[in-house]
Amino acid sequence: MAQTQGAYYVPHGSHWPIVGSFGLIGTVVGAGMWLNEADAGKGIMLVGLGLLVIMMAGWFGSVVRESLAGLYNKQVDVSFRMGMMWFIFSEVMFFAAFFGALFYARTFSVPWLGGEGHGALTNLYLWPQYSAAWPTNGPQDIGGAFSTMSPWGIPLLNTLLLLSSGVTITIAHHALRAGHRGRLLVFLALTVLLGVVFLGFQAHEYAEAYEHLNLTLGSGIYGSTFFMLTGFHGLHVTLGAIILAVMWFRCAKGHFTRDNHFAFEAAAWYWHFVDVVWVCLFVFVYIL
Amino acid sequence: MISSGVMRVRRAVAGLAMAASGLALANPQPWQLNMPTGVTSISERVHGVHMLAFWVCVAIGVIVYGAMVYALFKFRKSRGAVPAKWSHNTTMELIWTTIPVIILVAMAWPATKLVVDMANVESSEMTVKITGYQWKWRYEYVEYFGKATPVNFVSTLDAESNRVRQTGSGLDPHSVQEGGENVYLLNVDKPLLLPVGVKVRFVITADDVIHSWWVPDLGWKQDAIPGLINGNWTRIDTAGTYRGQCAELCGKDHGFMPIVVKAVPKAEFEQWLATQESAAAAAKTAQAAPVATTATQG
Amino acid sequence: MAAVNPAISDIHADEHDHKPHGFLHRWLFTTNHKDIGTLYLVFSLTAFFIGGSFAMLIRAELFQPGLQLMQPEFFNQLTTMHGLIMIFGAIMPAFVGLANWMIPMMIGAPDMALPRMNNWSFWILPFAFLLLVMEVFLPGGGPQGGWTMYPPLALEGGANVAFMIFAIHLMGISSIMGAINIIATILNMRAPGMDLLKMPVFVWSWLITAFLLIMVMPVLAGAVTMLLTDKFFGTSFFHAAGGGDPVMFQHIFWFFGHPEVYIMILPAFGIISEIIPTFSRKPLFGYQAMVYSLASIAFLSCIVWAHHMFAVGMPLGGELFFMYGTMLIGIPTGVKVFNWVSTMWKGSITFETPMLFAIAFVVLFTIGGFSGVMCAIVPADFQYQDTYFVVAHFHYVLVTGALFGIMAAVYYWLPKWSGNMYSEKWGKIHFWSSVISVNVLFFPQHFVGLAGMPRRIPDYNVAFADFNMMSSIGGFWFGLSQFIFLGVIIHCVYYSRQRATAQVWEGARGLEWTLPSPAPYHSFSTPPVITDDMLAHGNVTH
Ligand code: HEA
Ligand code: HEA
Ligand code: CUA
Ligand SMILES: [Cu+2]
Repeated sequence: MAQTQGAYYVPHGSHWPIVGSFGLIGTVVGAGMWLNEADAGKGIMLVGLGLLVIMMAGWFGSVVRESLAGLYNKQVDVSFRMGMMWFIFSEVMFFAAFFGALFYARTFSVPWLGGEGHGALTNLYLWPQYSAAWPTNGPQDIGGAFSTMSPWGIPLLNTLLLLSSGVTITIAHHALRAGHRGRLLVFLALTVLLGVVFLGFQAHEYAEAYEHLNLTLGSGIYGSTFFMLTGFHGLHVTLGAIILAVMWFRCAKGHFTRDNHFAFEAAAWYWHFVDVVWVCLFVFVYIL
Repeated sequence: MISSGVMRVRRAVAGLAMAASGLALANPQPWQLNMPTGVTSISERVHGVHMLAFWVCVAIGVIVYGAMVYALFKFRKSRGAVPAKWSHNTTMELIWTTIPVIILVAMAWPATKLVVDMANVESSEMTVKITGYQWKWRYEYVEYFGKATPVNFVSTLDAESNRVRQTGSGLDPHSVQEGGENVYLLNVDKPLLLPVGVKVRFVITADDVIHSWWVPDLGWKQDAIPGLINGNWTRIDTAGTYRGQCAELCGKDHGFMPIVVKAVPKAEFEQWLATQESAAAAAKTAQAAPVATTATQG
Repeated sequence: MAAVNPAISDIHADEHDHKPHGFLHRWLFTTNHKDIGTLYLVFSLTAFFIGGSFAMLIRAELFQPGLQLMQPEFFNQLTTMHGLIMIFGAIMPAFVGLANWMIPMMIGAPDMALPRMNNWSFWILPFAFLLLVMEVFLPGGGPQGGWTMYPPLALEGGANVAFMIFAIHLMGISSIMGAINIIATILNMRAPGMDLLKMPVFVWSWLITAFLLIMVMPVLAGAVTMLLTDKFFGTSFFHAAGGGDPVMFQHIFWFFGHPEVYIMILPAFGIISEIIPTFSRKPLFGYQAMVYSLASIAFLSCIVWAHHMFAVGMPLGGELFFMYGTMLIGIPTGVKVFNWVSTMWKGSITFETPMLFAIAFVVLFTIGGFSGVMCAIVPADFQYQDTYFVVAHFHYVLVTGALFGIMAAVYYWLPKWSGNMYSEKWGKIHFWSSVISVNVLFFPQHFVGLAGMPRRIPDYNVAFADFNMMSSIGGFWFGLSQFIFLGVIIHCVYYSRQRATAQVWEGARGLEWTLPSPAPYHSFSTPPVITDDMLAHGNVTH
């Protein structure tokens, strides 16, 4: 049973964190073994991931129950909000590392290899035949010749999809606050749908890149930055879509009230964050 | 045994004395306390900014620690000190933020000029390409006064040090001597020969992992990075043998890839280069294969 | 604050100290900030002894020239693991443990803002740590590329590479969650009257540290992820042949790594700023300046990272920018040092063990800071880089800085935690033994470094022999002294019969000293009514 300390709310102990730790360690040990070509790796990783899913379901389940029981006060709500905001900030910094790699490669390492400025000696002694360009797979043509994706086809479509999903989730949020359940469910469903279509297009795009463009993870620095940035983004869209789908069920079950629906808001924040990352990707990875 | 012990003590004393008097030490000495002044004008200036920073720190230390020790003695409760109530003093705070700024500028100024000079590889008279390998160095004499040369060789830890350094060899590192000096782990089979008084440009790279080429007497180290070239330069003023080591962790034998630079008078160097050139040419015709890729891997 | 469902608060209304029963419930499932704090501290002490044993092996091999005990590969593993364990296992968790214990008590809160996540932050750590240490037993051994993991060398490792990277991911997740929790606690759980600019400096230092953590840990995660894909998935982030750059890793790593070293010192600054006023019986000098200097150090720490890379061959402009930026950090840090001395000035000083450690901190950390400023000077650093001079620098700031800060904190707050006084006599013996030996250990390393001894080498020329032997002797002595520390703690917690009062120290000020010793299981169950004169900095706004 949850404990309450006078004016404060302090939750009771929980076994979910330790389950989560087993899940995490199982996942990474499995993944590590898999990478090192040990057969058991995949299985262990799946068990770990399974534990993580169970943990999340269980943990969030008890939070939902406590919330529905009206145990949470304003202060708890603010703590949750801060937690989510700072979590998103940490995600921003995670993407910043990869964007940083992209910018560094484009403004420094590639021009230097091509002999510009500081790189004159490098080019002269080691890569005399190389001249800087973007996209590039480097002086040794790692991965072989490749072509890039035109930004004005699928990527543009994907941009429109994600931007509209940003609109639909906002409409859903307004509907929730206005108490229009029907509209809420329709627009939330639409948001999830847009996300799923986005992912479908992206999968198609990856297949296209691998099969027809010879653009792969191994295509030098271009392929590396392209797939890592879009790939991690895709993972986040997947996660966001799952969260939103869960929110849909919770809305359908009537978990949220007009002024008490933090989980929904957190999911929406996350979705907007994923959206913004995509816009940056579209500009810096596809267009420029 | 006894005599070697005595010698060690005598050398230690000599080392201390030299260190204290700030004399240039060609190689590390027992009990050496300070950075060598080195044998180039750059290395002397490096030593200069180092000493400036050091004395600045000593001075600040004396003031800060002096004040603190005074406070610790004077304001002890056991001496009946009664605590004051104040907790700030804007004037003092302003003073001790501005004075350090001035001190820092005073240290940064000569340092900046020095960095600018060190970065200037223009008007060099010869070029040596240095490549780091696990765990040896290759030296290529790319050009000498505008003339390309084919001379290049690999330089590795000397056999004697290599024997002694094996784990549990039971051999005494003190026994590895050359010219009355202990050269354990600081000696190579083939030193890099350089002319005195010539501005040498180095182009430095590596073949496998990152290494760092460092001879303290030249006043700098420079990382050797696979796929990139770093430039640096030196002009050695005094003939002599200068020893250094790889200074970037590069795997298991990182501790065992020393560097030896032998600076000789220009004429002697030119003579040496000529013999090397003809040897290289002879080898080339004999093998009809590029020397650069077949030189001994040791 | 909105009222809580009355039906629920009734259940426990008259129960004040309901610790969960049963070992598992108490320690595995706990949501209590004190229990979690204790877990962190015990974990950290364990890691310190493990990391310390690795250092002892290093010092044993370096006792004299020649390789007596081990192969060079093993030596490199020791160095790497020693660095990783001390940083991620000993120092950081210790500070998080102190934050857990003290922040709720210092700001008048019942617990941390997100207590269950708090539990998870901790319980990821032992797993991650086991994964890291276990690598030593893998075929091919543990990581050997230094704690900095520079490619391409780090990628040459065998099976350990993937596991090391994953262990770092887990530690990162743990510290990010811990940091989020601390920020939410400080911003959201303060009792009425505890204004931001009246908070204890320790709380301030953690607010800023937590921000740094959330900012840089994900970047480290990104950096090691790129290492992973470079090794296993054919990417070319760090291969020039593919258009990448090995130096890029160093930039990303040190964008994390430099703020990281301040993550390891800012909380210590906070601790020292608590202890010196207490034993000088005088308010902290320049409270606001202390807060602002913390913030400026944190800000500057984000723009100086490349001072670890002066020898990689950056463009001239880069070298100069990072030199100036780095030197500037001396100014706010100087403000702190001067303010500590001014706090002692005209105080009424006594020398209990926490104060002794605090004084030693001020002196010895400053020595480390001085050698740091010397390293900041580019041309001089061309000589110092990757030598024992740098090793000396960072052990002065880490051991006599961060670690002494932690020890000072343990002596300072142990009576509050356990309700018992520790043995002052043995505390002082521990102090004097440590403070002398640590200088025998690390001071000579300046000399061998300047004379030309590179770091990360298992064997060296005989010229470096004497100082290395001295350093090793100091090392063993320092290591043995830590058994006294362990003894004092165990004695205090389990055997000491001298009860601590609520205030513990005559000059102690602040909320945590208004709670009884040992502190009750839930710190404040109703928001305390805070008046300015209950607070250490309530009436001093400067
Ligand atoms: C707690 C950790 C900590 C702290 C606080 C610091 C503090 C500082 N460090 Fe240090 N540092 C490390 C941990 C730390 N460092 C580590 C771990 C490494 C090595 C990493 C590796 O390679 O493995 C390293 C390496 C390192 C280097 C790279 C050396 C090299 O590899 O070549 C440099 C270079 O600039 C540097 C500089 C500084 C500076 C300028 C400070 C400043 O913050 C110091 C400021 C303090 C003072 C200056 C003293 C007090 C001030 C006064 C009394 C005022 C008046 C003073 C003046 C005007 C000078 N550090
Ligand atoms: C974060 C904090 C931290 C701390 C607290 C320490 C503490 C110590 N360090 Fe460490 N050190 C680092 C961080 C730290 N170090 C880092 C980051 C590196 C760089 C790694 C790299 O290059 O990648 C490094 C590198 C490093 C080196 C250089 C290795 C090399 O370049 O090859 C050396 C060598 O002397 C050293 C020594 C010591 C010693 C003797 C202690 C002592 O203070 C430890 C004392 C503690 C104990 C000894 C434990 C308690 C006692 C026992 C376990 C009982 C056994 C005792 C005996 C047998 C006497 N350290
Ligand atoms: Cu080559 Cu170290
Ligand atoms: Cu730094």
